[in-house]
Amino acid sequence: MVLLMSVPLTLLGLLEREPSHGYDLKRDYDTFFSRGKPLPYGQVYSTLGRLARDGKIVAGEAEPGDGPDRKRYVITETGATEFETWLQEPVAPEPTLQSVLFTKVVLALMLGRDAELYLDTQRAAHLRRMRELTELRRSGPLVDALLADHGLFHLEADLRWIDLTVARLDVLAAEVRS
Amino acid sequence: MTTVIEARDLALAFGETPALRGASLSVEAGEVLAVMGPSGSGKSTLLHCLAGILVPDAGEVLFNGQRIDTLPEARRSALRRDKFGFVFQFGQLVPELTAEENVALPLLLNGVRRSAALAEARPWFARLGLDGMQGRRSGELSGGQAQRVALARGLVARPQVLFADEPTGALDSLTGEQVMELMVGAAREQGTTVVLVTHEARVAAYADREAIVRDGRARTLRAESVAP
Repeated sequence: MVLLMSVPLTLLGLLEREPSHGYDLKRDYDTFFSRGKPLPYGQVYSTLGRLARDGKIVAGEAEPGDGPDRKRYVITETGATEFETWLQEPVAPEPTLQSVLFTKVVLALMLGRDAELYLDTQRAAHLRRMRELTELRRSGPLVDALLADHGLFHLEADLRWIDLTVARLDVLAAEVRS
Repeated sequence: MTTVIEARDLALAFGETPALRGASLSVEAGEVLAVMGPSGSGKSTLLHCLAGILVPDAGEVLFNGQRIDTLPEARRSALRRDKFGFVFQFGQLVPELTAEENVALPLLLNGVRRSAALAEARPWFARLGLDGMQGRRSGELSGGQAQRVALARGLVARPQVLFADEPTGALDSLTGEQVMELMVGAAREQGTTVVLVTHEARVAAYADREAIVRDGRARTLRAESVAP
């Protein structure tokens, strides 16, 4: 989701590297950022159109040759500044999964359900995903390994929270039922 | 699948303190099982019972379908030498021996001639990225290198089961993952079953399955029971 939201900025970044055709941008985006969900051509060109409209890039003259897109796009000063600002901003920490887990645990305790079983089941699901990511980082290229590591550390943080919560279930149960 | 090792309702107390309170689990042939749990939960005690190092107060431990908890210490010791391999948190290499002699140690203890044992130990150095380290003593090895030597020692005799107790606990993340990579890779290659005690989820993620020990009881869950 985060990746989808930053398609324009990612394309700006690729153009900051060097002026490129739409086809090249799509190829590089798919290689490094799409994670199995290729960027549709339609989205590439509509995004480039908006960036050009807003003065962040300019399109060169159409070049002779086959294929639909023979324009080379170049980043402008405005585009480069926006990209630089975005690059330097930290990403907002979003502990959304943890809040869902938290809600479920509290509700389970309020309703007198087996919260420990729920947490252990969640734990097993997390570990299953961690196994998949571990396999990916073992067998894939470094780009995949880095992304897998990112996922692994986040899942590990959730697991620590799960373990800590299991250890405190009795106290938590007393609190939510009081 | 064939069950290689099994704990049935194990109980064990150290003085007044109960460590295991009805722990049960089984490990299939060729499987890598991670035993997880908080500090003091009883996971290392469970591993020591499975490996025949400790004898439970109650319950049964079976290896290849035969009870081993009722065997006299000499028979359990022979079993540990012949069928099991071990890796602990701090390599526990013998400081007086070279790395090569440390790796060969289980074979030497099994009566293999010194030249044959060293010849068997040698290929492990290239395999685990330890070329040139053969003549070093434990004090001359980094933590990661020492742990890889300990891993080679644990696997050199082609044990049926490798017991690993927090094998990456003293290593940084990257070195720990290299050790896990090598451990799981080598164990799978030679069909060794692995029982791995760890409190780290990233380490447990190398296993096929996990069991969690809390308050001296083991619980296993299949992630498949979770709705996608």
